[in-house]
Amino acid sequence: MKRAFLSGNEAIARGAYEAGLRVASAYPGTPSTEILENLTAYEEIYSEWAPNEKVALEVALGASFAGVRAMASMKHVGLNVAADPLFTAAYTGVVGGLVVVTADDPAMHSSQNEQDNRNYALSAKVPMLEPSDSEECRRFTKLAFELSEQFDTPVLLRTTTRISHVKGIVFPEDPIKPKVPEGIVKMPEKFVMLPVHARKRKLVLHERIDSLREFSNEFKENRIHWGERSIGFITSGVSYCYVKEAFPDASVLKLSMVYPLPERLIKEFAGQVEKLYVVEELDPFLELQIKAMGIECTGKEVIPAWGELDQYRIKKAITGKEKKLFQSVELPPRPPAMCPGCPHRGVFYTLSRLKVFVSGDIGCYTLGALKPLSSMDTCVCMGASIGNAHGIEKALGTKVKGKVVAVIGDSTFIHSGITPLIDVVYNRGSSTIIILDNRTTAMTGHQGNPATGKTAMGEDTVEIDLEKLCRAVGVRRVQVINPHRIDETEKVIREELAVDEPSVIISKAPCALLPEERKRKKPLYAVDTELCTGCRVCLGLGCPAISWSPISREEAIKRGREKQKGLSVISEVLCTGCGECEIVCKFDAIKEVPGDD
Amino acid sequence: MTDTTNILFTGVGGQGILLASEITSDALIETGLDVKKSEVHGMAQRGGAVEAHLRFGKKVYSPLIEPGGADLQVSFELMESLRYIQYLKPESKVIVNTQRIYPLSVATGLMDYPEDVIGKLKDYGVEVYPVDAFQMAKEIGEVRVVNVILVGMLSRFLPVKEEVFFDIIKSRVKKQFVDVNLEAFKRGRELTGRTL
Repeated sequence: MKRAFLSGNEAIARGAYEAGLRVASAYPGTPSTEILENLTAYEEIYSEWAPNEKVALEVALGASFAGVRAMASMKHVGLNVAADPLFTAAYTGVVGGLVVVTADDPAMHSSQNEQDNRNYALSAKVPMLEPSDSEECRRFTKLAFELSEQFDTPVLLRTTTRISHVKGIVFPEDPIKPKVPEGIVKMPEKFVMLPVHARKRKLVLHERIDSLREFSNEFKENRIHWGERSIGFITSGVSYCYVKEAFPDASVLKLSMVYPLPERLIKEFAGQVEKLYVVEELDPFLELQIKAMGIECTGKEVIPAWGELDQYRIKKAITGKEKKLFQSVELPPRPPAMCPGCPHRGVFYTLSRLKVFVSGDIGCYTLGALKPLSSMDTCVCMGASIGNAHGIEKALGTKVKGKVVAVIGDSTFIHSGITPLIDVVYNRGSSTIIILDNRTTAMTGHQGNPATGKTAMGEDTVEIDLEKLCRAVGVRRVQVINPHRIDETEKVIREELAVDEPSVIISKAPCALLPEERKRKKPLYAVDTELCTGCRVCLGLGCPAISWSPISREEAIKRGREKQKGLSVISEVLCTGCGECEIVCKFDAIKEVPGDD
Repeated sequence: MTDTTNILFTGVGGQGILLASEITSDALIETGLDVKKSEVHGMAQRGGAVEAHLRFGKKVYSPLIEPGGADLQVSFELMESLRYIQYLKPESKVIVNTQRIYPLSVATGLMDYPEDVIGKLKDYGVEVYPVDAFQMAKEIGEVRVVNVILVGMLSRFLPVKEEVFFDIIKSRVKKQFVDVNLEAFKRGRELTGRTL
């Protein structure tokens, strides 16, 4: 049998390909990004990056209406954005199979919250499958398409970080060759959700969930592993893996469809074990439903409702026994940091000097909140920076005039920053907005977006002109800056803070990690040790290429500056030649030097 | 307990940890074992501390090593070998690249890099295999083979034939780099073969 070592995301892409997927749309977001990235490798599948998750789901739903199999994938918070089409897609149902992947991030490895998206299945009344490993990711994706068509419903496939980003052995199969319909068929009672149609579809929706509930009792992937009957576990997803390791001899009911639940199967299982535990990460989603069936069980009284689980956390919670672990050591922290040459640095350095209130957003630049730049004061969700700034301004008026700035990345601006910008203009605001245009969607690994001129499949396309876009919605003051020129950056930000109307500053410089930037021949900078006074101003940039080298008192006296404690040093390995340190040095101690070819 | 063996990879984003854990996984799978490997992408990668969990055995369920459960640790950076100490146990074997990469707080003089990391590790009673892999890679003539030196050291503790690693390295790296990588692997493997 063929074998591959795939992450959950790669396996979902593989499963979708095997199922004959034809249209895929997504917005990048950890831990979901690699699903679409891997789909672009299959030439049979049209894959795209949508401007946001709502659009992605609408595109997939349209493709489903047209009769082909379609998929939208997103991170957990992305489904909040796509919730609008999801809830009504549950009414319309599908023609071609429609699968929506939601990748949750318990423990918030790379997210602003750890919401449990199983709740969406319950409230939208859409069935949800939850795989436990990569091979199940592949198989369940195929099953999800079949269920979608069999029951005329979108199907949610839910993963978590430890499913999406865990590699395991997968057994690929051959793809099916789907028939593509000759044209789109009008079905207004199914597709047009006027109240008169929607009321009928609501009944269909309820009948469908009843049939699915019945089906789930017979669904082969909901299965009981009988072991000792003194203790039994009901669990799903990655928690199933932890339970199997924590209590290898116990009886386990593994739920693969977590909504709707197989009531008969659960009752059968519960009736045959002495003590029943429900083990799940985050919310008591299964537990509450099981308790509502009148079944006695233990769940969140002992199992933590936050963070990730592992086999040890489960053992400890249930047995109360703690292992003796090595005492941990205090170490200097090593948080992620803006890279050397990062174009965001110049902007945040300037904002920290201006001591303004910075309404922030989601992307690499959120790292601007960390020391030493410490210049981001809010970060809520994609696009929130602009609305937040406008709200602050409307609340405090002249008291905060010139003291509030919104910062937002290029991809985030297109995702959901345009509408709040329109709000500022329409409602006579005067916010200053900085669009950090680094020519890519950097945080998630350099995906294209509508402002980069490249599609997910690598084709050239129209590149949105952000300057013209801002002018078109009514912003009269738009300036474009090179953030590495810190002096000019400060001048422009000061100018725009002073005006009494909306203004946009586009900070335009490519991400230092883009392949073409890495290849570009750049100057190197070095510290002239004679001129360096040890003032530490350059260290305030927080550039990983600049470090501090202490000097002895004798050496300081020899240098004629007896109070000097040390020198700055620039690593020639790390320096990318952005030149920001040269600009901030008041002693001309940082100079361009000939670099390697 | 199960027959599962746990390897913890630690280091700093950008050090080639993913490739090293990938080569190791391939070799174990080729040998007929079940393998799960857990890694974290996204924000954690921007120069921050990085860890990957690799577990292998007859049948592996959990993708995560439990605290006090690592049989082997491969640390690509000196201080990072201590960051996940709660995952180790007295029987653990720890391979440490003695290369130092300063986090911002140390580089800017606000905090001190910990002293005598190897001594601290030994105080816990674990078996330590230190190596200046960066220096060794320079001697080999290609600084990017640090990770393969470490895989070579690790390979001595795995139930995998040497030739399996050779084949995987040949299939994974570009032609012009095969020889240096094979040399790196062998040099690493020799290090843990010797009695210390």
